[in-house]
Amino acid sequence: MKAHRRNKLFAIIGGLALLSAAVGLILYALSSNINHFYPPTEVSQGKAPLNKTIRVGGLVAYNSVKRAADGLDVEFTVTDNQNSLRVQYHGILPDLFKEGQGVIAEGQLVSKTEFVASKVLAKHDEKYMPPEVEQSLEKYGHPGKSKSSEY
Amino acid sequence: MANAWRWFHQLGSPKYLFQKTGQWLPWIWGATLILLAVGLYYSLWASPIEVRQGQGHTVRIMYVHVPAAALSMIAYIAMAIAATVGLVWKMKMAFAAVRSIAPVGAAMTFLALFTGSVWGKPTWGTWWEWDARMTSELLLLFLYLGYIALHASFSDRSKADKAGAILAIVGVINIPIIYLSVKWWNTLHQGYSVTEEGALDPAFQTPLFLMLGAMYLLFAALVIMRLRAEIILRNQKARWVTEWATGQSTERGDA
Repeated sequence: MKAHRRNKLFAIIGGLALLSAAVGLILYALSSNINHFYPPTEVSQGKAPLNKTIRVGGLVAYNSVKRAADGLDVEFTVTDNQNSLRVQYHGILPDLFKEGQGVIAEGQLVSKTEFVASKVLAKHDEKYMPPEVEQSLEKYGHPGKSKSSEY
Repeated sequence: MANAWRWFHQLGSPKYLFQKTGQWLPWIWGATLILLAVGLYYSLWASPIEVRQGQGHTVRIMYVHVPAAALSMIAYIAMAIAATVGLVWKMKMAFAAVRSIAPVGAAMTFLALFTGSVWGKPTWGTWWEWDARMTSELLLLFLYLGYIALHASFSDRSKADKAGAILAIVGVINIPIIYLSVKWWNTLHQGYSVTEEGALDPAFQTPLFLMLGAMYLLFAALVIMRLRAEIILRNQKARWVTEWATGQSTERGDA
């Protein structure tokens, strides 16, 4: 490779390296703002602000969903299998909402364990399962149930 | 190595590149159509529904969404590589390739965003969320559109090529951010299904991999067609182009 071409290539690569370092530092500084939601553990550690609109995310705990006898009020526990958070919500839940499934709730923290949601989104995890597999899993036990708490 | 260099230099010749791509194109289109037909059959009929997703059939959106999203990133990497080759070796055909890839890449990005949105509404309960994956993918769309606009804003082609190439190279930083966003931050978008072992049931893998192959080939075919048009556009005054064009027209006149 001729010298001037090599210099040009190095200039491009060097420029890119500098630029990615700069972008990396910016992203690192902003990382808490980029996170779409707080898991319950971070909430209990006090990383999430109170009385400010934020999102929390985790799994809906088994046997925790309580619907009001009349109206759309619903209450459930969001957990990451270490800590949990009680969520109150008034509204229609998405199709995917189910105990054991991931959710993201937008709203405000009342305390470190209580959250009032204004919007509830279902989170799809990376697992895709056809009906037959689901049926056989229900029959022979769910190996993924304890593991499905990666977020 | 010497052979590779010779091939590299030959590709820099507009006439050689035009002839070679003309030979490849029918084969690529043929393979594209076959794979697309088989892939669509598997995606739309011969694959199961997903247990949790709304009406079940929304999972089929994945067979377009994942290839489009993958291509939107790969196309940009290809653009940045071609732009580097163009700047370093002053190869005009590399700049022509950058310009040919941009609109196809933009279309793939739009397709990924659009299909993601249509899937997100029933599954997540929202059309759009400003999470890291979606925002960075939207930025990618703007980078493609920015390149196209920047290139169009110069009346001098070689200036347009150089300015566009720099934008293409700078923008490549966004690619690892898109790819790793689901790992680095808590996003609404799910993590890796394809590379994560056991995440994607084999029943979904067949249609997905077929559609990945089909869409990659479709992308290649579209880019090569644009590249050939770009070569003709850039070499209007060359004799071989005139000969090719008039030869074509007399043949048509005869028929």
